[in-house]
Amino acid sequence: MAETSKQAVVRVEHLSKHFGQGTARVVALRDIDMDVYPGQVVGLMGPSGSGKTTLLHCIACILQPSSGRITLDGEVVYDGRWLKTDLRRLRLDKIGFIFQYPNLLPFLDGSDNVAVAMHLAGIGAAAARARAIELLDYLEVGHRKHAMPAQLSGGEAQRVAIARALANRPRIILADEPTAPLDSARARIVMDLLRRIAVDQKAAIIVVTHDEMILDRFDHIFHLRDGRLEINDPERPHRAEKAAVA
Amino acid sequence: MNLAYRDIKHNLLRFVLTNFGLSLLLGIVIMITGVYGGMIDDALRQARAANADLWVVEAGTNGPFAEASRIPGDTRELVSRVYGVERAGSVTYQSVQTNLNDKPLRLFLIGFEPGRPGGPRKLSDGREILRGHYEMIVDRSAGLTLGQEVPLGTHGHKFTVVGLMRNEVTSSGDPVGYITLRDAQILQFESAPPAARRELARGGGLETNDQINAVIAKLSPFVPVNEVAAALSRWKHLSALTQDQQETLLSKFVIELARKQQFLIMVLLVIVSAVIIALIIYTLTMDKVRSIATLKFVGAPDRTIVGLIVQQALSMGIFGYFVGLALVLIFKPYFPRRLVLDPESVGIVFVITVVICLLASTLGIRLALKVDPAEALASSG
Repeated sequence: MAETSKQAVVRVEHLSKHFGQGTARVVALRDIDMDVYPGQVVGLMGPSGSGKTTLLHCIACILQPSSGRITLDGEVVYDGRWLKTDLRRLRLDKIGFIFQYPNLLPFLDGSDNVAVAMHLAGIGAAAARARAIELLDYLEVGHRKHAMPAQLSGGEAQRVAIARALANRPRIILADEPTAPLDSARARIVMDLLRRIAVDQKAAIIVVTHDEMILDRFDHIFHLRDGRLEINDPERPHRAEKAAVA
Repeated sequence: MNLAYRDIKHNLLRFVLTNFGLSLLLGIVIMITGVYGGMIDDALRQARAANADLWVVEAGTNGPFAEASRIPGDTRELVSRVYGVERAGSVTYQSVQTNLNDKPLRLFLIGFEPGRPGGPRKLSDGREILRGHYEMIVDRSAGLTLGQEVPLGTHGHKFTVVGLMRNEVTSSGDPVGYITLRDAQILQFESAPPAARRELARGGGLETNDQINAVIAKLSPFVPVNEVAAALSRWKHLSALTQDQQETLLSKFVIELARKQQFLIMVLLVIVSAVIIALIIYTLTMDKVRSIATLKFVGAPDRTIVGLIVQQALSMGIFGYFVGLALVLIFKPYFPRRLVLDPESVGIVFVITVVICLLASTLGIRLALKVDPAEALASSG
């Protein structure tokens, strides 16, 4: 099969998560299995409370699952317990995160908002700044590198946030409703951008969304309902896998 | 990339305004330190001005500052003859209040014998007392000028200001004035005319006025002070106190209550400052919760977050301290009391400020470390 010919960058196996105990116990995720391959952009959809954000948090290593296994970029990070002690470093090195709102640091200009992620990873100031400018140019907002977040439009701010997510060349990019604050035209532009990044950087991109207008931008869609993976979207071709096989 | 500096730069006006308020508070702490230092220094100056090795006072008293001491005027001759005493001078001390240009003027008058120990240390302007009567040397803080006449005593004798001094005030802030011993004795014992007539009518009024409060002795450097003190104490009506004992009496006992009061005010102000700094830092951290969550989410270690808060707290404290110090130094000459800001006490306030900032920032640090990185996603539902 195509899945086995190429190693999944994100592999989730039998993942469950519950909150509380006894009668107050709420099951947020039940026995989730999913694989995301390099170059793939997958959608994670479902109604409110279906567990998609919880799943994203578990993959982002900011929420501890109750059971199951998570493998990121070939490394098992959770198997009934965290196997990595420095999850912060893991996030910094392997995961880029795009928030619903850009969440730019209001006291840093565009290029510094990108460079800060590299600064935290220990990259020197000059190198970080050079890459930040390169990324902003790649995302076509290089001309706004000195603008403060308050001076950026919604689309520009989201592009700067995407540049920050890409700063440390992560293999995994998690995006939580990245197009929610944008109009449909800008939403499509952002999704095309993510696709380009996935292909150019061989990254696996998981996007939580409610936006029906961008469904055609996904290689694969996972539907969640009441914490279960309901539909594994058999109709949608796995473009990246096909590309890999080809 | 210094995040604290960038945040301050971004919110410069808020930082400046917050710091201005803080600098006023820290300025008050520094000012109270100056008042405290000034009170002790003024008290010691009273004793040090006399430049004595020994203070001869009434037996059984801790005079002349801590307690009243009254000894015969000829005691100075007795003291002068004791082995080891090189020079001696009689002195009297009294507080007076007079009216000048319809304003009350308080003075602490020291009567001394010109040419003998006990006189003013150093004049900043004018000359020494040359005439036997009605001349006066006074501290500048009294607001008097050379040649000005000041009515003193029940008979309203007019004393002419012939010399001015600097920084010679009592522990309560009254300016010190020097007059001749004879004038001081007259001022101290002279009754108002009606009172004098009544005294004469009842057969009194023949008491001698030749009494003094203390004799100041300068000793030979080759004779131990304790030996001379023991020799003087053989006269049953006299006691001898060394300069160290006198200074201890002044700094530890005479101003003890005022000193404690100032110290308590200082401690309270330090506590208030700590609470205010803690609240400011807490509020500033609250404003940054989302940024902190984002930083944590993208992988910022705790030390980066702690560094951000501590650096801002220290910038605020240090900035506030130096602006506060500058304000105190600018307005020091207009303060009604003498402020003594010695480098040691100013340094201690600086260290206390830094410690307060570090302690106060723990509240903000606790808040920041509790921030869940997931809060960066809070609005994503």
